Amino acid sequence: MADNQRIDEPTGTQTVGHEWDGIEELDTPMPRWWLWTLYATIIWGIVYVILYPAWPLVNSATEGVLGWSSRGDLQQELAARDKELEPIRQALVSTDIRKLNGSPELMQAAIEGGRSAFKVHCVQCHGTGADGIRPGSGYPNLNDDEWLWGGDLEAIEYTLVHGIRNPDHSETRFSQMPAFGRDGILSGAEISDLVSYVRVISGEEKQSASATRGAALYQNNCAVCHGADGTGDRTQGAPNLTDAISLYGLDRASLTNTITNSRYGVMPRWGHRLDPATIRMLAAYVHSLGGGETLPALEEVSEATQQEAADETAVGEGGEDVQS
Amino acid sequence: MRLRSAKAGKMSSLKPASGPEIQLYESRKEVFPKAVDGFYRRLKWGIMAVTLAIYYITPWIRWDRGPHAPDQAVLVDLANRRFYMFNIEIWPHEFYYVAGLLVMAGIGLFLVTSAVGRAWCGYACPQTVWTDLFQHVERFVDGDRNAQFRLKDAPWGPQKIFKRLTKWSIWLFIAFWTGGAWIMYFADAPTLTVDFWTGQAAPVAYATVGILTAITFIFGGFMREQVCVYMCPWPRIQTAMMDEKSLLVTYKDWRGEKRGSVKKAKANPGEFGDCIDCNQCVAVCPTGIDIREGPQIGCITCALCIDACDKVMEQVGRPRGLIDYITADDAEAEAKGEETPPTWKTLLRPRTLVYFGVWAAIGLAMLFTLGNRTRLDIAVQHDRNPVYVQLASGEIRNSYTAKIRNMESRPREVEIAISGLEGATLWAGGTSRPEAQTRLTTQVAADSVAKVRLFVAGPRQGGKQAYSMSVRGTDEDAATDSEELFFERPGE
Repeated sequence: MADNQRIDEPTGTQTVGHEWDGIEELDTPMPRWWLWTLYATIIWGIVYVILYPAWPLVNSATEGVLGWSSRGDLQQELAARDKELEPIRQALVSTDIRKLNGSPELMQAAIEGGRSAFKVHCVQCHGTGADGIRPGSGYPNLNDDEWLWGGDLEAIEYTLVHGIRNPDHSETRFSQMPAFGRDGILSGAEISDLVSYVRVISGEEKQSASATRGAALYQNNCAVCHGADGTGDRTQGAPNLTDAISLYGLDRASLTNTITNSRYGVMPRWGHRLDPATIRMLAAYVHSLGGGETLPALEEVSEATQQEAADETAVGEGGEDVQS
Repeated sequence: MRLRSAKAGKMSSLKPASGPEIQLYESRKEVFPKAVDGFYRRLKWGIMAVTLAIYYITPWIRWDRGPHAPDQAVLVDLANRRFYMFNIEIWPHEFYYVAGLLVMAGIGLFLVTSAVGRAWCGYACPQTVWTDLFQHVERFVDGDRNAQFRLKDAPWGPQKIFKRLTKWSIWLFIAFWTGGAWIMYFADAPTLTVDFWTGQAAPVAYATVGILTAITFIFGGFMREQVCVYMCPWPRIQTAMMDEKSLLVTYKDWRGEKRGSVKKAKANPGEFGDCIDCNQCVAVCPTGIDIREGPQIGCITCALCIDACDKVMEQVGRPRGLIDYITADDAEAEAKGEETPPTWKTLLRPRTLVYFGVWAAIGLAMLFTLGNRTRLDIAVQHDRNPVYVQLASGEIRNSYTAKIRNMESRPREVEIAISGLEGATLWAGGTSRPEAQTRLTTQVAADSVAKVRLFVAGPRQGGKQAYSMSVRGTDEDAATDSEELFFERPGE
């Protein structure tokens, strides 16, 4: 290579000695400041190694004098975010839940918080879409407008705090349907007639002789809880049998199973596991899914607070979160 | 290579088989351009004044957009993700307008380069404008070229220290205002100015000013032509853009050679060319090159050598234009003594016309679409989990999240409506279900996106069905937008 090096006539610059088809490469000297930038990067590198985690060791790395770590960074960010959210949580807990509907911003914050908490605590049974995983699974679909124990914010919060059929808790929502078949209260034929009747009032079947017989059985055995017209009783979690929704399925096999063995769905209570703000957020989220109810008696309260809140937030409307 | 110690010299040098010692690294050859006056110098002054005025004044122009939008004519509002330019407001999803502007800028550079060579480098590039300004300051403080040489070689004493400190202070002052003006494009200028001086501006504002001050100071004061020669890719790209019909600053060697002083030429008539070898073209060059060596990467075509040479030619009574703007083709023809076409004919050749056509077409297309934009927009997302919900009544409900984008700077009431779905009811989240309704109204704040939770209930039978949801402004501007949706039902 060095043999071919020569001084290029027009530029006075040394060539590197490569030549291809008459084209040669000049070995133009680098500007000296370029060298300085190299030295600067070396100094930068040394300073960085001293300040930040750098050398990998067996189990960790050198810590650096600044003590920085990405995990610590994350923790700081999370703590800062928690601090930011604290006033909202405070406001949530101190607001009367019946009036929550009246302050849309707080409600929205609660719904979003509940959306996150739901993914952690509730999806295992209710599914990621809160739809009870599949119809007839025994886990209620929280998106629909049928509620066993009530679907207003207060009722949902009560269910969350105290759970359903928790044996260790006196305030838990509790009821038990007799196992009509297993305990020998009704015969197989009678259960079959009852199934026919329930399917008729829920619109699944046409009227039949079996259903007529079932109607009499219903009045004697079931009406006390499910009501004479079959619309259920929320005070004891007795489902409405006349609508299109059923927790365990409306086909003959499922209904026969239900009446024969009864059902005993349990939901854990969360009052001692989650803080009140999180529970309120979960209630707001579940309420927002589409079936949330407003108790008629509370509508006045809600409207009054809505007016109040509207007056308060009229100024702050411009600051509404803008998403693009 | 004065700075190099003997040892370092040995380490960073190679001894070729013959010839001088070759250096691996080269110190900057300082350039002390001489003051010059002439047509191109005045043109440069004019362009400098206009570009600096645009840069410094633009953020302070006010533009009334009503109470719900900023009143700054040109504002890049990064925090709220809006870009304002007079009566044009661009949202992030319309960023293709900015891309279009960049494409226009690119093609504009192609156009300029193919027509008049590196005019951008010579006149309008910020590096050129600020370096020019800094060199003027340098001449103001230190004196012209020769005084600067003397000062450089003079030992450090009170006068040199004073002059250096004065020069650097003025440079720093200019550099600071350069950075200071930049941040004004990103926030309300008067407010930011007050915040900046009272220590209330965002840290990023101070950091930006600091970085831009340093860059301006270093690039304009010390790096100068090295930015063009070593750092900037554009000279390389331009070399590929130019052709034999692009205007170049050219030394007419067929006229100038062989160089000789006026005295020599008088003594030996006919032996020497027009170039009297006075070196004025080198003295005034801001990048320190000798244009007589031919076109080169260091030439930014600022044409100051033309001014210098013309002046000298006038003084010695020879025709002007020994150094001149001329195309490579014309240079060849002229050297052979042939007629050359007028410059405007060279400029209006197919290549430049096509560039101009494309450039103008993009501009017109953008203007046309800007004029036809709707400032109301709906985007609906169907709940995927669950896709439908069985209601107690036997009906099926589908749930949606709609984003209503109000791009006008005023709050608006809009009407959302569904059509094409028999027996359907529409209502919004947080409200009770009405009896039967296919339209509802909602408020959208000025210049913002409203997120609305929507429920649509319909009969159970019918399978998956297509229908549409639309939004319409209820005020004077009844802009509409719609989206095709599906109503999902079980069993199909």
